[in-house]
Amino acid sequence: MSAAINRGSPLGTAPAAGGTRPRIEIDNVSLRYFSSRGETQALDGISLEIAAGEFVSIIGQSGCGKSTLLSIIAGILEPSRGSVLVDGQPVTAPSQRIGYMLQQDYLYEWRTILDNALLGAEIQKRDLKKARQRAIQLLEKCGMGDFIHHYPRQLSGGMRQRVALARTLVTNPDVVLLDEPFSALDSQTRLAIADEVADVLRSEGKSVVLVTHDIGEAIAMTDRVVVLSRRPGRIKSQHMIGFPSHPQGRPTPFEARSLPEFNGYFSTLWDELDVHVEG
Amino acid sequence: MSTLDLRSVQSTIPAAVDPAILHASGPSPAYLEYLRREKRKTVLILVSRLLLLVLCLAMWEVAARTKLVNPMLTSYPSALWPTFLDLAENGKLGLHTWATFKATMIGFASSMCLGIAIAAGLWWSDFVYKVLDPFLVVANAMPKIAFVPIFYIWLGSEYSVYGMAVSIAVFVTILAAYEGFRATDVNKIKLALTLGASRGQILTKVVLPGSVPALISALKMNIGLSLVGVIVGEFQSASEGLGFLIINGSQVFKLNIVMTAIAVLGVLSGVMYLVIARIEAATMQRYA
Repeated sequence: MSAAINRGSPLGTAPAAGGTRPRIEIDNVSLRYFSSRGETQALDGISLEIAAGEFVSIIGQSGCGKSTLLSIIAGILEPSRGSVLVDGQPVTAPSQRIGYMLQQDYLYEWRTILDNALLGAEIQKRDLKKARQRAIQLLEKCGMGDFIHHYPRQLSGGMRQRVALARTLVTNPDVVLLDEPFSALDSQTRLAIADEVADVLRSEGKSVVLVTHDIGEAIAMTDRVVVLSRRPGRIKSQHMIGFPSHPQGRPTPFEARSLPEFNGYFSTLWDELDVHVEG
Repeated sequence: MSTLDLRSVQSTIPAAVDPAILHASGPSPAYLEYLRREKRKTVLILVSRLLLLVLCLAMWEVAARTKLVNPMLTSYPSALWPTFLDLAENGKLGLHTWATFKATMIGFASSMCLGIAIAAGLWWSDFVYKVLDPFLVVANAMPKIAFVPIFYIWLGSEYSVYGMAVSIAVFVTILAAYEGFRATDVNKIKLALTLGASRGQILTKVVLPGSVPALISALKMNIGLSLVGVIVGEFQSASEGLGFLIINGSQVFKLNIVMTAIAVLGVLSGVMYLVIARIEAATMQRYA
């Protein structure tokens, strides 16, 4: 199994070497959906490959179908055409290899933090004793070790999103999908959490697909930025992101924002997005 | 007012990590004064409630004694007391109260279980819900008391009482529970789906626990309605219970017995309601 061979380097800057199968293969995916008002072409012929350990972001204007694409990768939406493979296996239903982090934490208020983190393990009927150990480890890693017996309402937005990250990682998925995971946070918390999340995900060697409408966030967090066009969503362009001026080559998202390369990428992507301010 | 602003800000800070609550220096005089004022308000409300009760009883007593109303028809509080003692002493009152309480609990528990199970079924299949919806609405609006004689014939004297309680309470439970199930945040369900949850798991891990507040408000309506069902059932068929005592007392024109039974009924429903309110308070802490 290729999954066992290539867990992805911790730094994850280099795409998989030639001959190794990409972790995610999105092949010519289209989605058309129907309602009583008519039919909508949401996505049109999307093809994309993501290597193990690679961080890829998808940006585009609201309504371009970027969240829809994530739902298809996650297996909760079926494409009208095309297919998604993870490690060569087609995704047709939610897979245990894929973790999904939504726009808000959606912690269950009747469960403690620890029990919230264990939700996935419970649903997938994993060994709960082991899962509990891993959940506690992850919560500690996310700085939530002192709060495992608290209830969600006792935590701030940033803390809740950290718990959501731990919940996503407890079942140890190879791929983590992030659907604007910081959009509900205030701007300072957002920067801090982006750093922590990127750090945790890189240290766990995950492949990451981040959907965002925040150009800066995409540049700062990921190795490659994919720009989607307006509806119907097609891939407009792709941009490799690198920071040669940084001594380790891989700055934290926060550091990246102050490096000289950042502004260049920003203005390129800004032009690509073709943002029109209306009204 | 600046104090008001401060409080509203504090309430948004999670209690566990709230640095704004001052512990070290002890409460300030202004804070103690605030606590005293709150306490006084609570006591005043309690005293006013008691006064209102005493006033009503006193008006009843005076009106009957001065023959403003016919005491034969209304009886009066001080005449009820000996009746109460008499009934309590020969054990009848306890027996009848227990019978009514037991029947209410049976009706309550069955209609809760049945109602939640049916609501879960409706949640499970939207098709079934759409088919059954008009029937449920009509069944809920129907005056179930019309069925008392039929239930008596079908179910016999004991079970017709339970049947009445269930038929009165179950439809409200179904509708309230279903509303609660439907109101579950779709994103919480989506989250469970991304983790690979089956429909059954979504029901047991998201929808049911998430609907506890709705289920508790169903509980509150249910307990009162079950009691109504039991009393009405006892009017027709029973040889025991407070409903029987009321019908029996009125047939032999012993208004003292009727009024005493009604008073005990009032206390019984009050106590049951308080117990539910306690359960509600304990549970809702988690759902704030």
